[in-house]
Amino acid sequence: MSEEGINVPRALASGPSAFIPAKELLIDGPNQDILIESFLSLGRVDHLTMVMALHPAYLSCYQRTQHALLELDGPLPCHWRHYIAILAAARHHCAYLVHQHSAGFLEAGGEEGWLCSLRHAPTKLRSLQTLNKLLAHRPWLITQQHIQELVSPGAEPRWSLAELIHAVILMAHTHSLCSFVWGCGLNPEPDHVGGYTFQPSSPGHLPRSPHSPAHEDGRPELVDGEVEVELLMKRMVELQQQQECTQEEMVTRFERERSESIPTALVRGAPPGLVLCLVEEPEFRYEDFAPRGEQSPHIMRAQDYSWEDHGFSLVNRLLPDMGQLLDEKFQVVSGLTYHRMAMHEDVDTCTLRKALWNYIHCLYGIRYDDYDYGGVNVLLERSLKVFVKTMACHPEQTTARIYHAFWRHFRHSEKVHANLIVMEARLQAALLYTLRAITYYMR
Amino acid sequence: MEENLLATAATNGAVVTWNLGKPSRNKQDQLYTEHKRTVNKVCFHPTEVYMLLSGSQDGFMKCFDLRKKESVSTFSGQSESVRDVQFSVKDYFTFAASFENGNVQLWDIRRPDRFERMFTAHTGPVFCCDWHPDDRGWLATGGRDKMVKVWDMTTNRAKEIYCVQTIASVARVKWRPERKFHLATCSMMVDHNIYVWDIRRPFIPFATFEEHKDVTTGIVWRHQHDPHFLLSGSKDSTLYQHMFKDATRPVDKANPEGLCFGLMGDLAFAVNDSLISSDTTRKPYPGGDRRYPFFSFKKANPTEQFAHVSSALSVFETILDSHRMDWFVKTAQLYLLSGKPFVELCDHNAKVAQELKRPQVSTTWTMLRIMFSDPANLAAPTPNHNLSKLGSLPLMNSFSMKEMASGMGAESRLERSKGESRQDNIHLDWLDHSHRFLFNPMSENEETEGSEGPAEYMFGDAELDDDELYSMDHDNQAAEEPEYTLPQEAFQLRHEIMDNPSAPEPLQQDKADSPHVSGNEAEVTCLTPIESFSLISISQPLFSPHLSASFFSPIVREMLSYYAEQGDVQMAVSVLIVLGEKIRKEIDELTQEHWYMSYIDLLQRFELWNVSNEVIKLSTCNAITCLNQTSTTLHINCSNCKRPMSNKGWICDRCRQCASVCAVCHHVVKGLFVWCQGCSHGGHLEHIMNWLKSSAYCPAGCGHLCEYT
Repeated sequence: MSEEGINVPRALASGPSAFIPAKELLIDGPNQDILIESFLSLGRVDHLTMVMALHPAYLSCYQRTQHALLELDGPLPCHWRHYIAILAAARHHCAYLVHQHSAGFLEAGGEEGWLCSLRHAPTKLRSLQTLNKLLAHRPWLITQQHIQELVSPGAEPRWSLAELIHAVILMAHTHSLCSFVWGCGLNPEPDHVGGYTFQPSSPGHLPRSPHSPAHEDGRPELVDGEVEVELLMKRMVELQQQQECTQEEMVTRFERERSESIPTALVRGAPPGLVLCLVEEPEFRYEDFAPRGEQSPHIMRAQDYSWEDHGFSLVNRLLPDMGQLLDEKFQVVSGLTYHRMAMHEDVDTCTLRKALWNYIHCLYGIRYDDYDYGGVNVLLERSLKVFVKTMACHPEQTTARIYHAFWRHFRHSEKVHANLIVMEARLQAALLYTLRAITYYMR
Repeated sequence: MEENLLATAATNGAVVTWNLGKPSRNKQDQLYTEHKRTVNKVCFHPTEVYMLLSGSQDGFMKCFDLRKKESVSTFSGQSESVRDVQFSVKDYFTFAASFENGNVQLWDIRRPDRFERMFTAHTGPVFCCDWHPDDRGWLATGGRDKMVKVWDMTTNRAKEIYCVQTIASVARVKWRPERKFHLATCSMMVDHNIYVWDIRRPFIPFATFEEHKDVTTGIVWRHQHDPHFLLSGSKDSTLYQHMFKDATRPVDKANPEGLCFGLMGDLAFAVNDSLISSDTTRKPYPGGDRRYPFFSFKKANPTEQFAHVSSALSVFETILDSHRMDWFVKTAQLYLLSGKPFVELCDHNAKVAQELKRPQVSTTWTMLRIMFSDPANLAAPTPNHNLSKLGSLPLMNSFSMKEMASGMGAESRLERSKGESRQDNIHLDWLDHSHRFLFNPMSENEETEGSEGPAEYMFGDAELDDDELYSMDHDNQAAEEPEYTLPQEAFQLRHEIMDNPSAPEPLQQDKADSPHVSGNEAEVTCLTPIESFSLISISQPLFSPHLSASFFSPIVREMLSYYAEQGDVQMAVSVLIVLGEKIRKEIDELTQEHWYMSYIDLLQRFELWNVSNEVIKLSTCNAITCLNQTSTTLHINCSNCKRPMSNKGWICDRCRQCASVCAVCHHVVKGLFVWCQGCSHGGHLEHIMNWLKSSAYCPAGCGHLCEYT
């Protein structure tokens, strides 16, 4: 084609992820089958799938959920589903997902005009914006009133409860997926804007992904790294034998974790225009659940509204099968382990995973009465906390530096595992707040 | 056992016992903080005062002796969290534990190392279990899957003997004391009521308590031998003591009914006697509504506290001929709903209806054409043209009238034969009368219409005749649809009587006595006015051509509802589609949707898939158009290994071969695939067709003499 004078674009990205070297990802193994299967069903294997394939068990149930959310029978028309996902991804400036869903949207017969500006979309879709905004950044502010505005008989345009649940799950799912995309530093697909160039590659000039100004392979090797891992393991064992402490102490510890200030305000350049035009109130961002010195909103006690007891029943009632799929996904994530840590085999990582999960819920103001939040402090080093908090709350500010700073001796697949936990914990937290509001509305 | 002893469990894993008999302010007795996570349940031993059992989220169960500072024994469920623990009432050493993963385990308190027995009771968490107070083998469990199951534990494998389906997840289940088959349940989500079920009657709760405003968190029978008091606590911060006699009994409000189709399309229907007698406006069924004496009688069981109802069993037999729906099928196939200008569509459909001898429908189409075609078109041409165009309508009507005269004779014969088989004598009598009666005005009418019918229309003063004309059209229609014959004739009859005082009085008497007719009058009375109205309005465009089409909308709306009421939903939907925007806004969404649904249902029953799809496609209701997007999944098996194909591609993931290969060109078939039912080889439709032109044997070379239909 080049001879005929047609410009042939060249893919910019050197692999699926800017953080993880491509050779780590493309290993033959059990994940081969699932990659073949997803290629057959989707016609391509995108970067997201490739990275997620490090954990095949999770990938398969993730794909089932994604398929059910976007393709299978449901109350919302197909192009609407993609559009809602686009709106959700735009909140986190996630160009990657916006691109993916734009393609899906057009394929499902959506109007191109909607993608240029929100104003072209139907009012019913636009009325979701408030919920989208809150769900993405401060789900604890969602109340019964927000639901009522959309669902009550007087509301115009009116959402049915089933439609609303479908939309909420779509949004929450996409938000948490944004966390994953940013947290793993996914490169744009070759067909995305920014994923290709018409300029010939110049020798000596390494292709740069939009993510990383930092060095790609320059993981500083530290001698004391090994010590760090062992220390962590020792702490995990110790923690299991630790004495109980009083209820008051537990609450204090929770408060301490919650209000600990983790610097995350690393402002990056303006997001691409394509994304920005789909966001209303772009300045609405995550704020700490309760900044110090202010009257804090009520924390949610996990025992009062849990996924297993309450959330599941509600989702399954309004959107049959979806509850089952989400439940399965949560269970896979909470049970996922390879019994190893960095260079050590046969490790019970349960406490570490639990700490991670509960720390994210703690950031969202959900407290488990039976969990000692002292453990979070012991097990999660500060650099990890920075990463987790950035990813869960401001995913668009994740950088390669933050990614490389934590768990320096762990495998990449383990870091992706951490990513998955953050993603699912975040999804569940956001869902719990919304579902609680819906339950209150139905009461 | 000990009145003052109380045990509580906390979300942080603490188990606390309280002794209310303590003299000091602090009633706390013991504090156990052995569980790491939330304790979901504590349970006292039914006979041992000091024995307490706890089950926790961390998967452990612990047995405490309240005289000691620490737990006596620890049981590990080897799985996720324990949701409920219950000591068996009859077996001293046994307790049951239910788990979040759907399992139920039985333990012996003396053997903490492993459980005696385990079985999977529910999908999803089992929130609660309860031993039957009298029967030692029965255990009731309730789960998130909205079921209450009763298990017989006496056999080797736990056997499910009863199952009650509730409307929400089951949070608590408690057997009712002194009533062997009763149990109470409550839910933790959505549903706030407490239900008491008779497990032998799982479809309707025996009693409900509806006092709580928020979800019920706990229920307990007040005394273990008193079935009349139930205590319940709720998230609405109230505690209720329910008296059983206050409970609502949903059974009293329910109408016991049974309905079943027979092999030959007969329909049996059993219903409470009182309902039948009160419902006098019931429509008689022309196929004969035979009441059979209710002969099977279940012996009343004194322990079952269910009202016995005597019910009447009716069997409706299908008469094949009267129920022929040929006209429906033909109409569905021949009607044009889109693709041509409005006027042509109407004309075409009118013609179709005419050919199928349904003049009323045909006329309706013609009228619609006149009403809704562009008024400018009507006004612009010369008066001459106008005249001829208008003239065509009445002319057609008079034709139909002539046909009808002969049709009528046939009909009366038909009626008579039917009457012989089914109707009683009186019926037959007045039917005959009415026929004779009807023939008279008709012949008169025929004369009039034949000579000056068009003129009458022109001057618009033929109201009376219009009336007759139209009612006669009904009759004619009725000839094809005998099920509507009775009511309409009856109506006609009365009209005549009013118009001609000479009509024999006793006849009317007769009619009034017949209960069948009275029920239908209401429906029919609305009929004539509509039709005559529309006739008058037809003539109006002539004189005021600027009248907008929306002027007719209310009339058309009524007309459509009339058709739908009459059971001819086909007409309603067809008109709806052909008129499209012109009428759509006049009729509320829900009604439209209802019509569409019924029509599509009918079409599918007659296997008119193409037509039904066309209707779905042309409909403007969102709810209907999305029908096409549902159930689009196709499950296929691999043609090589016969396993289901799980992925979406063309390659089977088991045998790694392309499934569904064309036997002729050996490529994967991605479109229409035909195959021989005998040897299961096949391929592209086109290829196979070509192949069969040259050879009758299977293209795959298997030697089978392929047969394609």
